[in-house]
Amino acid sequence: MAMKGGYTDKMWDSIKKVEATRKSRLGKQQPSMSLEEGEKLLKKYHPDYKKGNTREIKIGPSKGDPVVQEVANLLEAYPRIDPEKIDLSRVDYKTDVLVIGGGGAGTSAALLACENGAHVTIATKLRLGDANTMMAQGGIQAADKENDSPAIHYLDVIGGGHFGNKPELVKALVMDAPRIIGWLEDLGMMFDKEEDGTMITRHGGGTSRKRMHSARDYTGGEIMKTLKDEALNNPKGIEIIEFSPAVELLLDKDGKTCGAILFNLETEEYLTVQSKAVIITTGGFGRLHIQKFPTTNHYGATADGLVLGYRAGAKLAFMDTVQYHPTGAAYPEQIVGQLVTEKIRSAGAEPVNVHGEQFVYPLEPRDIEAAALIREVERGNGMETPTGMKGIWLDAPLIEMKEGKGSIEKNFPAMFRQNMRFDINMAKTPILIYPTLHYQNGGLEISSDCSTSVPGLYVAGETSGGVHGRNRLMGNSLLDVLVFGQRAGKAASKYVKGVSPGKPTLKHVRKYIKDLEKTDIPKDRIAPMVLPDYTRGETKKRQLTSHYLGTLR
Amino acid sequence: MDEEMVRIYIMGKEYKVPGNLTILTALEYAGYQIIRGAGCREGFCGACATVYRMKDDYKLKADLACQTKVEDGMYLAQLPFVPAQKSIYDINKLKPEVGTFQELYPENFKCVSCNTCTKACPQDIEVMDYVQAIVRGDIKKAANISFDCIMCGLCALRCPAEIVQYNVGILARRLYGKYLAPRAKHTRKRIEELEKGMWEDEVNKLMKLSKKALKEKYKSRDKEA
Repeated sequence: MAMKGGYTDKMWDSIKKVEATRKSRLGKQQPSMSLEEGEKLLKKYHPDYKKGNTREIKIGPSKGDPVVQEVANLLEAYPRIDPEKIDLSRVDYKTDVLVIGGGGAGTSAALLACENGAHVTIATKLRLGDANTMMAQGGIQAADKENDSPAIHYLDVIGGGHFGNKPELVKALVMDAPRIIGWLEDLGMMFDKEEDGTMITRHGGGTSRKRMHSARDYTGGEIMKTLKDEALNNPKGIEIIEFSPAVELLLDKDGKTCGAILFNLETEEYLTVQSKAVIITTGGFGRLHIQKFPTTNHYGATADGLVLGYRAGAKLAFMDTVQYHPTGAAYPEQIVGQLVTEKIRSAGAEPVNVHGEQFVYPLEPRDIEAAALIREVERGNGMETPTGMKGIWLDAPLIEMKEGKGSIEKNFPAMFRQNMRFDINMAKTPILIYPTLHYQNGGLEISSDCSTSVPGLYVAGETSGGVHGRNRLMGNSLLDVLVFGQRAGKAASKYVKGVSPGKPTLKHVRKYIKDLEKTDIPKDRIAPMVLPDYTRGETKKRQLTSHYLGTLR
Repeated sequence: MDEEMVRIYIMGKEYKVPGNLTILTALEYAGYQIIRGAGCREGFCGACATVYRMKDDYKLKADLACQTKVEDGMYLAQLPFVPAQKSIYDINKLKPEVGTFQELYPENFKCVSCNTCTKACPQDIEVMDYVQAIVRGDIKKAANISFDCIMCGLCALRCPAEIVQYNVGILARRLYGKYLAPRAKHTRKRIEELEKGMWEDEVNKLMKLSKKALKEKYKSRDKEA
């Protein structure tokens, strides 16, 4: 196939149309939608409203609630281990606070619990820092400028979430935000700043003030690397166990949380951790590929913590909604679904159709922006790629016209680098995008101190639900993981001082199995998933003596 | 569509895989279920560092499995782990000066300027330049050059002077961010206001509003241009 500058001839025909309209589009924008127009659009085009997207869950503390199909499949599933086979009298690790998951929420929870006198153990499925936090590019919100206030931030959050968000959680998010930025600055995290130290801040979709703080387009990466370095500097207070996902929580006879069972992915042993409190920070569910969407999420985003917490008795909130990021890569094939940061649009890039026409305000809240892109493709105005996928142009060179030559490479080094690998120079040509599975809006229900209905069980970050309602705004997830990670760490360290749980049991798992047996749920449906299943069917046919437990070989 | 099959050699063993795959997806196509060697799958985390050479060529190359297309004749192996040393320190007690690095990472000063680290970097960072900036005590420069580092460890494994460049880099950035970069005064001011309880009432009022009243407020909010 003839290619130049990373694109096919057919794509170049369309790019020429985009180039032809570029100058006349500069400075002009489609108006943003009213609340009513937005709601109408969502109902018709957002994947959440597709018939059959959810089903009523048959079992557990939120029985009867609508839950996304792929999540219901994990919650209506049998455990990895037979409770009768586990010897709970043998303790492999002992700690005050067990943190399950080593991303932004888990690491900040560990740091705060440690700072408040608790011994902490982080058990994580992959490496410390292998998390969506590491991949967050665009920024972190905080109302810390003169023209802004926590109240204005509050209004943006709750409006973006369609007004159902849990008010006490939104308050915690916006009131803690400036302190979180100060904390990161104290830890030595490098923010984008003016010469005098003023934070360079931008808009995100649905924000009414420019409050997106950033570190080039490696914002989450730099936060995660800083937090990880800090955690590694505390080897006495924070023990780290990698490649060891938790597969079940332990509760004492009164129902108090007292540890977990870990699975060592390499030796395939099940090991027990005895603790006085547990904080679940396992992140979201992108690797479930809801409605077969590609995802921006990291390899471990399989909703494991959701399964563990739910079996132990924690309730769900907003598990019928999913966030699709408007701009996932649609070309080249090798990077389909990967994130194109919203900050690109904050800086001035805009979506245009195959004819080079504007059709939507570039910074709507994510659900509305995504629905508008899907509508445009369904109207027949998408650009088809050689694999048959259809996408929308994101006209990045506009940024260079607005902010000067070289500004893309300077402010978006990750995006620029990724595209150059495929011979696409986004300072000169548009890139092709389409909505991609991005974020778990809902999760386990928490209070503002991250506690759940299960004593001693705390949840923070993407695994929790309520703060973002039905749709999260850009930059509020990095904020969420740090605000609630800290709160969980503080609350758990306080809680463990006055509690001594009894002997660990798997009573709750036994009961869950009994309830499962009363349904028609197939016995070979196993959760937590632990790793996604990317092995081809053909390979599996030849693996004659391999045994798969769920997706895991 | 680019469905042409290519031959790759995973740890020396031959597999035929579609030529449009990345190294990472090719491993999965070949039948591997990856435990170590996959993280973000988008080029941000450094979990999938891969060393390879082309058939009949002696030159070792390094890249990220998730961002690199397979090529016919690739001999490759993924790095499961980099056993590099990291110094333990209390950032609050350090000084942003060259002596800190001499104490915590003395090997940094044994750089022989061979530039192998830079050649190994999948991010195309001028790694040697930031190592040398530290030697000269220019922490700001080292922080800025190393900024895009994803800590995959390839530089450290190739370095004949046994420097752990990426750990030097994060220390440089933290020292710069904490002690040398100008502070955000507006952030401190807002934190002080919050500590005094200044914004409490306004937010509490919003929390009590009905959905309808909130909607009206949301609709009528003004937007910074």
